[in-house]
Amino acid sequence: MQYNQQEYQKYLEKKSPNSPLLKNVLFAFVIGGAICTIGQAVTDFYQTIAGLEESTARTAASITMIFFGALLTGMDVYCKIGKYAGAGTLVPITGFANSIVSPAMEFKKEGLVLGLASKMFVIAGPVLVYGITASVGVGIIYYIIRFIGG
Amino acid sequence: MEKRHGRQTVGFQGDVRICAYASVAGQKEKEGPLGECFDIVMPDAEWNEETWEKTESKMQKEVLKAALRKAELKSEDLHYILAGDLLNQCIGAGFGLREMEVPFLGIYGACSTMIEGLSLGAMLIDGGFAEYAAAVTSSHFCTAERQYRMPLEYGGQRTPTAQWTVTGAGAVILAKQGAGPKVTHITTGKIMDMGVKDANNMGGAMAPAAFDTLCAHFRDLGRGPADYDLILTGDLGVIGREILIEMMEKEGYDISKNYQDCGCMIYDREKVDVHAGGSGCGCVASVLCGRILEGLRQKEWKKVLVIGTGAMLSTTSSLQGESVPGIAHAAVLSAE
Repeated sequence: MQYNQQEYQKYLEKKSPNSPLLKNVLFAFVIGGAICTIGQAVTDFYQTIAGLEESTARTAASITMIFFGALLTGMDVYCKIGKYAGAGTLVPITGFANSIVSPAMEFKKEGLVLGLASKMFVIAGPVLVYGITASVGVGIIYYIIRFIGG
Repeated sequence: MEKRHGRQTVGFQGDVRICAYASVAGQKEKEGPLGECFDIVMPDAEWNEETWEKTESKMQKEVLKAALRKAELKSEDLHYILAGDLLNQCIGAGFGLREMEVPFLGIYGACSTMIEGLSLGAMLIDGGFAEYAAAVTSSHFCTAERQYRMPLEYGGQRTPTAQWTVTGAGAVILAKQGAGPKVTHITTGKIMDMGVKDANNMGGAMAPAAFDTLCAHFRDLGRGPADYDLILTGDLGVIGREILIEMMEKEGYDISKNYQDCGCMIYDREKVDVHAGGSGCGCVASVLCGRILEGLRQKEWKKVLVIGTGAMLSTTSSLQGESVPGIAHAAVLSAE
């Protein structure tokens, strides 16, 4: 063999094109920004026109965005936007809906219990586990600082 | 005359023929440059089945039936079927071919399965253990995605090195004597692991295996690239293909003129978004059985060296941080 393992891996890296970073970042910024702008518009709608309180309006907007994320996933649209948007569709709450609905759809064929229900968290599960753990950790630190600070 | 040549190659003394072959392809493959070559084109990804796994089984069944029809044989004429696929425990083959009532040998060589089956089948024929033997394999984009990667509706991005699993299947019927392209030699590859850990760069992980098998083949038979009208790899894709050309050149073999890769041939990369090209067992299977064997039959090429390439990874091995070992098996097909 002409290369040892390290040499070959270096050679392969050189031969393999990188993801188009600038294009990806730009698309993520524009599409992700657009989703967040829509989210803000929905919040404003609930607050000014529907007359909800600010915190209630925010919750209602989240629910609305989750609904549309799930709907677009079911309509085979979200993955097509995600192909261009990358993190732009991954980070907003619609991406969270997509990460739960897509495996639920895919694994429905293995049954409603051991397929759909057990597989729907395969992607979102780690986010929930570490998200909740981190929030508890931060809460404890916050409590201690407050306690010491009086 | 010795049957063994060197360390890895076997030459057949008798007349081992591919008396019939058939291919199945999906819609995306039909839109590609080879779209007109396939025997059966699936109407959609489901093909009237409830699950994609059932569809893949149906692909194996239908492709073998089509090959048998062309050979004017019945399934009871077959002494062996050698078949496999990419699904866990090879359920594509196991379920698809259960009605055939033919002695069945399940095989797994990742995407090199077609050539592994063809090699073993040719040995069975030349050894006098069978009159007729079939080699069958398949892959389906949807079954492969859900097993190896993400749900189809998940909105993720692929890297430029990623390849697209071909929805396709192929079957060859091997026979002692008769008409059809002849199998003259096979070179069985070793597992080659260069420590590549990126499961999204399989062409790069498999290229050293193709290189090793190709060099072994030339060494064992004292041949070179000029002895073949066409050298064909299974699914190295754009990146793996380029690497193989460069590595062979460094070794003193110029394959740039008569070398192609099925993964680069099957899709029009300008039109469809398949990144580095096609992959999967069905890639080499459908191109070989749809295009290459027909070309040999019509004497478009006299001698073809086809190399099936496989990446021997699993989702478990990838999650555990293991590298991607590659394998490559070669077979010499002759029009005479």
